Amino acid sequence: MKNYFQSLASAIFRELRQEEHLFLNLAGDDSQFIRINEAKVRQSGVVENYFLDFTFVLGEVEGSLKKGSGQITLCLNEQDDLNRLRARLEDLRKELPNFPVDPYAELPAKKSDESVHESSASLLARGEAVKTLVNPWAGYDVAGFYAAGQIVRGMANSAGLFHWFRMENFSFDYSLFTPAQKALKAHYFSARWDDDKYSRQVQDSILKRSLLEKNSVKISPGQYRVYLTPSAVADILNILGEALGELAIQTSKSAMRFLRSGEKRLSDKFTLIEDFTDGLVPQFNEEGELAPNKLILIENGKLQSTLIHSRTAREYGLRANGAGRRECLRAPVVLSGNLSEPEILKSLGTGIYISNLHYLNWSDEVNGRITGMTRYACFWVIEGKISSPIENLRFDESIFDLLGSSLEQLTKFDEYILETLTYGYRQIGGIRTPGMLLSKMNFTL
Amino acid sequence: MSITNGVTALFHRVLSQISDPSIEWVGFRGLRKITTQYFVRDGLPDENDRNDTHGVMVEVLVNGQFGYAATARLTEEGMHRAVAEAKIQAQAAARFAVHEFSIAQRPRNVSTYQSDCLKPFSGISAADVYGELIRISSRLKISDRIVKTTAFIRTVETDLRFVTSNGSNASQQFSLITTDFEATARNGNIVQSRSDGGFRAKSYQGGWEFFLSDDLWMRVNQVAEQALELAFDSVECPDTTLDLVLKPDQMMLQIHETVGHPLELDRILGDERNFAGWSFVNTGDFGCLQYGSPLMNVTFDPTSKTQFASYGFDDTGVQAACEHLIKDGLLVRGLGGSESQLRSKLAGVANMRATSWNRPAIDRMANINLEPGNSSFDEILTDIKSGVLMESNRSWSIDDFRNKFQFGCEYGKLIENGRLTTTVRNPNYRGITLPFWHSLKKVGNASTVTQHGTPYCGKGEPHQIIGVGHTSPVCLFEQINVFGGAE
Repeated sequence: MKNYFQSLASAIFRELRQEEHLFLNLAGDDSQFIRINEAKVRQSGVVENYFLDFTFVLGEVEGSLKKGSGQITLCLNEQDDLNRLRARLEDLRKELPNFPVDPYAELPAKKSDESVHESSASLLARGEAVKTLVNPWAGYDVAGFYAAGQIVRGMANSAGLFHWFRMENFSFDYSLFTPAQKALKAHYFSARWDDDKYSRQVQDSILKRSLLEKNSVKISPGQYRVYLTPSAVADILNILGEALGELAIQTSKSAMRFLRSGEKRLSDKFTLIEDFTDGLVPQFNEEGELAPNKLILIENGKLQSTLIHSRTAREYGLRANGAGRRECLRAPVVLSGNLSEPEILKSLGTGIYISNLHYLNWSDEVNGRITGMTRYACFWVIEGKISSPIENLRFDESIFDLLGSSLEQLTKFDEYILETLTYGYRQIGGIRTPGMLLSKMNFTL
Repeated sequence: MSITNGVTALFHRVLSQISDPSIEWVGFRGLRKITTQYFVRDGLPDENDRNDTHGVMVEVLVNGQFGYAATARLTEEGMHRAVAEAKIQAQAAARFAVHEFSIAQRPRNVSTYQSDCLKPFSGISAADVYGELIRISSRLKISDRIVKTTAFIRTVETDLRFVTSNGSNASQQFSLITTDFEATARNGNIVQSRSDGGFRAKSYQGGWEFFLSDDLWMRVNQVAEQALELAFDSVECPDTTLDLVLKPDQMMLQIHETVGHPLELDRILGDERNFAGWSFVNTGDFGCLQYGSPLMNVTFDPTSKTQFASYGFDDTGVQAACEHLIKDGLLVRGLGGSESQLRSKLAGVANMRATSWNRPAIDRMANINLEPGNSSFDEILTDIKSGVLMESNRSWSIDDFRNKFQFGCEYGKLIENGRLTTTVRNPNYRGITLPFWHSLKKVGNASTVTQHGTPYCGKGEPHQIIGVGHTSPVCLFEQINVFGGAE
């Protein structure tokens, strides 16, 4: 695929005329998908899809450029794909002269050295995957989703820059249910399928399911002490990630403007960095800029950096730091604390142990308040001992309390919560975070 | 726009070449979709894109199990390879299948469907569309206190071909349009945004007639003025229990989250439990459960041609038809396609749809509409001593069984003694689905109905975003918990 992309890019770059420039970005995957319900197969199939994004720029001087973008689906016949790309560029040659000048458009440049990352995996054979996945669950009610195969990201521009990222992996994201419709969530992912490891994980899930067999208790709305597992913290970080983009702060959309102004702050125990050193996501962005190996965003509760894309940088006179066009977190890591795993329940005392959250959204975005639900294995804990599962609760809480005044401790251990979304094509990356002990969380329904 | 020259002939040719007796059925759903969008911020161009995707979803039925393979290689070789891959998937899964299916779940269809399009997209140049958005964005800035303006438009042209081994030879051509514009006003730390009916909620099937309408500039002015009103001349929404009047652009979300999703049969059967969630509705509830007040009548209507999610047949070839889901408050029918109907032994609808060629069809909403009642807008307000009116969704969240919801709106008005009075910012409300719908006290008549939609309904594994439509009248709900923002 790398050679195909390079060859296609070279061919189209050769055809560019004077004052024409081009950025290309490739994304896609060749995957097997198996959807499971009641430990049986609901749907299974394979999808091969590669999408080539392009941005065509006309002009030579930044500040007076015109640009148009688009995407074609690659059919993987070079002549046909080249013809499709040519046809779209021909459209833009006719359209762009009549488009307004884009004052923040940029010319391609060789802003970094070429990079190539390739990693292969040992995956289940496509014809064998169903049997291997399903057999251990006989007699149990499990619903889940298995995705496996190759994922690629590529970038090239007409100034001669090229970046390539290819990985293979699998993920099996599943929910194990009790007859009373309570469930625990678990996830097995790797680059190398291991039957023994999978078997141990299945047994571990079945064992943990027994904790859910007690009747659920209904907790009244109010404020409670809370422990959030790394999975639950990752849900909060997912929504926080949207708020750390520089454009969102500049346009008053993000509550992180209060961190910048000093009107609010987060807990001095909370440090969030973008960390690309594990190589699980591409370090390059759509323009080919490389993010630093590590970028400290929030250090001990104070805003140190934001995610700044080059377009935002040009608009506001700032220095870009390799952020993507959407200025979202790509490789977030929350630094761990001192709370050991055996001490979690004791430190929680009486309160709620929250395994997962669900359907988070801003209830007041500009002021930083989030709402969402508890989900899966959440427990009422009395004096350091799990008492019973709880009925799901809705919370509505300020991010400045959740990650600020209410944050008592972070765990010593952390977990990597893999991104499993497959909207459009398989997504990559994940969040590395510890769990969090909170002195209070506000539940409303 | 045509998918590619000769693709239907290619499908027939490949079908005629398949001689594997173990394959009970083969279907090809070929699709080309061109999505064009423009985004302008503060009067300056920000994004313009034209995405052109094409490919085919190949499905085979082997031993009672469907397997799929999606490919963009629209050649005989590419499609034969996909058929072989789909067969491997079906064979491997058949022994572990959740249910045994047959060719009955893929009925023969030879129909055609085409969106009504009064002003086709080809009638206006890209530069003129861009220019119009720049004018809108510029006109929204009626004051220095407006700190941000945006304008957006997206058109989607889709050509779908459905050819199967049991004689289907059908096609659909869709023209979709979504428009949006927004103004943000700032008064110190009070920052308020107002859009044209909520984020991307102006989503229709048709052409430029839904953009360059007579009321466009009136709406632009109103959005700008209401943004200023929210930031400079409003009160925080009270935290209390009041009568709640919802405008159609919020009812859309209310219907979507608390009626549409809970009634999806694949959710009820547990398919979505690992991602989007389950439902509080059980298979035994159909025909028995009083879902809401007797004023509540909800239909599934993919035949309403200007609505965003209208079609002639679903992606399994089932012909579309309008059906009541809830009649006089009683739950009568679920949102399940041919496969869910077989599994649940319940009546359903033609709603197995896929977002594109690279995803399998699953149960989806189409247009889910609340039918109008008898009350005029003034009659809805007249008996309210103390209430609040809310419009245009800006926040949404609901639990995985579709019970406990919390929704927020852009704009509100206090209702005092039957009259709209003070403007309210950060209006939010929360409730539980069935008690909420039982508190429905008045349903507006046809004069209060407006049509909306969203391109962003997410569901499925692999995940899929798809468009849905919702029309609704203005509605009154009694004694609802409302509250404000975090200022």
